[in-house]
Amino acid sequence: MKLQEYQSKSIFAKFGIPIPKGRVATTATEARQIAEELGGRVVVKSQVLVGGRGKAGGIRLAKSPKEAEELATQILGMVIKGLPVRKVLIDEAANIEQEIYLGITNDRAARRPVIMASAAGGVDIEEVARVSPEKIIKVHIDPLLGLRDFQSRDIAAGIDLPRDCWKEFARISLNLWRVYSETDATLAEINPLVITKDRHLVAVDGKMVIDDNSLFRHSDLAEMRDLDEEVVSETEARKYGLSFIKLDGQIGCMVNGAGLAMTTMDIVKLFGGEPANFLDIGGGANADKVSAAFRIILSDKNVKAILINIFGGITRCDEVAKGILVALEEVKPSIPMVVRLVGTNSEEGIRLLADAKMITATTLADAAKKSVLASQGTLEM
Amino acid sequence: MSILINKNTRLLIQGITGNEGMFHAEQMHAYGTNVVAGVTPGKGGEWVLNDKVPVFDSVRMAVQATEANTSVIFVPSRFAPDAIYEAADAGIPLIVCITEGIPVQDMMRVREYLDQKKVRLLGPNCPGLLTPGECKVGIIPGDIALAGNIGVVSRSGTLTYEVLYALKLVGMGATTCVGIGGDPINGTNFIDCLDMFEADPHTEKIVMIGEIGGSDEEKAAQFIASHLTKPVVSFIAGQTAPPGKRMGHAGAIIEGGSGTAADKIIALKKAGVQVAKHPEEIPMLLQ
Repeated sequence: MKLQEYQSKSIFAKFGIPIPKGRVATTATEARQIAEELGGRVVVKSQVLVGGRGKAGGIRLAKSPKEAEELATQILGMVIKGLPVRKVLIDEAANIEQEIYLGITNDRAARRPVIMASAAGGVDIEEVARVSPEKIIKVHIDPLLGLRDFQSRDIAAGIDLPRDCWKEFARISLNLWRVYSETDATLAEINPLVITKDRHLVAVDGKMVIDDNSLFRHSDLAEMRDLDEEVVSETEARKYGLSFIKLDGQIGCMVNGAGLAMTTMDIVKLFGGEPANFLDIGGGANADKVSAAFRIILSDKNVKAILINIFGGITRCDEVAKGILVALEEVKPSIPMVVRLVGTNSEEGIRLLADAKMITATTLADAAKKSVLASQGTLEM
Repeated sequence: MSILINKNTRLLIQGITGNEGMFHAEQMHAYGTNVVAGVTPGKGGEWVLNDKVPVFDSVRMAVQATEANTSVIFVPSRFAPDAIYEAADAGIPLIVCITEGIPVQDMMRVREYLDQKKVRLLGPNCPGLLTPGECKVGIIPGDIALAGNIGVVSRSGTLTYEVLYALKLVGMGATTCVGIGGDPINGTNFIDCLDMFEADPHTEKIVMIGEIGGSDEEKAAQFIASHLTKPVVSFIAGQTAPPGKRMGHAGAIIEGGSGTAADKIIALKKAGVQVAKHPEEIPMLLQ
C-alpha cells in the first residue's frame, strides 16, 4: 500500500525526522490560508500516488499567499498520469544548500533490507542508478541487528557529506530505520533530504510503501489507504478477499490460484484475445465470493466473454459449480461464458452446470480458444 | 527415489487442530504419509486422526516423544513466524510452511535465523511437497500425480497441479514435486531444488515453473547452464502482467523494469532450457 507524501512525512515526524511546516488543502482558499500562516513563501505540492509530479508541473513554488492560491487552483484542476489531483500539500519553502537521497528498501535477492544514499538527491533515483550507479552508496542491514551507528557514518562518508552534518544525518538514518521496521514498510524514502543554508537537515519529500501483509498489526496505517486513487473494482474485490487487477481487454477471467490466473491471462493472449483482468478467487471459493467475482467482472463494460478456469484440488469443483449457479441467479450475465472444471469432483460440477447455458471446455488451450471466439461473437452458447 | 521427503519422513503438523490443519492432516494420513504428531499449544494430551496421532503443547515435546523429522505449518500468518522459530529451535531439519500472508520483514528475520541454524525451510505461501506413492507433505492433491522420473519445482500452487495433471494424462509422473512458494523471501529456491534433482539418481528430467518478479529464474538459468546435465523444461507465468501490480502472490510483481517474464524466458532459453508457451505443452517438450 502506497502512502501519500503528506502521510509519509507525518510518520517521519512522529519518529523524530525533521520535516517542513505544512498542511494539506483541498481548496485554493484553504491553500491561501495555510500559506498566510506559514509566512508567505511556500511550495504547493500535488498529492497523487505517482512519480514525476514535479515534471508534470504538480509541484510549484509560490512567493506569496495570493500566488499559492492561484497555483493551488491550477494544480487542483490537474490530472497527473491519469490521476486527478484532489489534495495539495502546502509546505514552508526550505532554503536549500544541497539535496541528498536517503532510502531504505527490501533487497529481495540479498534477503535483507538495504539503506541507500546519494549526494545526487532530488531527482529520480532509478535514473541515477541507471546513468551513474557509482553515485549511490548501498549498505545491507542485518535484519536481526538493525541499522548500526557505524553504518550510518560509513554512508555519510561515502556520499561526502560535510562532517558538521554527520550527527544529524546519523540520527535521521536511525530514525528512518525505525520508521521502516516499525511500520513494516517495503520502502521508506526521503528524497530530497535537504541541507539548509543554516546547516540543518530536513526531509522535504517522502515516500512510503507499506507491506499489505502486515496491515493486520497496523490498523492506523490501514486507515490511510487512499481509496480515491484506486480502481473502484479493486477496492470492491478486496472486500470479498478476492485478488483482482483490472486490465484493458475483453475477456474476463475467473481462476483459482494466482499462478494459474496469470497463466490463464497469458494463454488468452496467446490465442489472440486480451484479458480484461487478473482474478484469483482463492481456495474454498463459496457462492458469495463467486457472485462478487461475477459482479466485479461484469461491471467492466469492455468485457465480451467470461472464462472460468478452476483446477479443483482442495477446492471442490461441485462447490464452485454451486457457487456459479447461485451467482448466475443473482447477476444474470448476458454475455457468453466458457467454463473449465478439472480435478476434484469435476464431473459432478460439470453435471450441475449442464443446464446453465455455458460453453464447456476440457483443456486450458481449448478454454482459451473458445473464450476468444465467444468474445468475438463467433461461438454461440 | 525422491528428494526431501520419502517413506522415512516422520511428519509433525503444527496447527493440527485448526480447520485447515485437520482437513489436510486427514488427507496426508490417507495418502500414507507417516504423521507422527501434532502440535497445538493448549491442546497437549488430545489424540486426533481416529486416536492414532497424539497432540502436544510444543514442538520440543513432540520431537522428544515421536522423533519427528519434518514439520508442516498450518497456523495463521500472525503466528506463523513463531511456529517456524519454534520448529527450528526444537531441531527439526525440514520445515514446510503452507501459511500465506506473512509480512516480508518477518521472513527476512526468519531466514537469517534459520541460516544460522542450518535448517531448511520450504515456503511460506507454498503448496508443500509430494513424492507420489510415498509421502505427501502439504496440500497438493495426491490423486493428480503419478510416480515417475520427472522432478517438478514450482513457485505456484494450482498451476503446479495443472502441470502434474497434464503429465498424468500422458502417463508421465514425478519423482518429487516441490512447491517453493510465491513470496519474495522464501526458504528454498529453484537452485536448491535443481541441485537436489541433479543428484537424485531416479530423476531423469526436470520441470521448472516460474513466474514474474525477482530474479530467481535468471539465477536458476545460470545454474542450469553451469551445473546441470539433466534436461530442463520450463514455463513462466505472467507474460501479460502489467508492471507495478502485485499479481496475487506477494512475490509476483514487476518492479523497476526487472522481473519480467520476457527477461526470464530469454535467460532460460540461453541456458538451453526448453520453454513452453503454455503449461499443456510441457509433456510434449519432455518427450
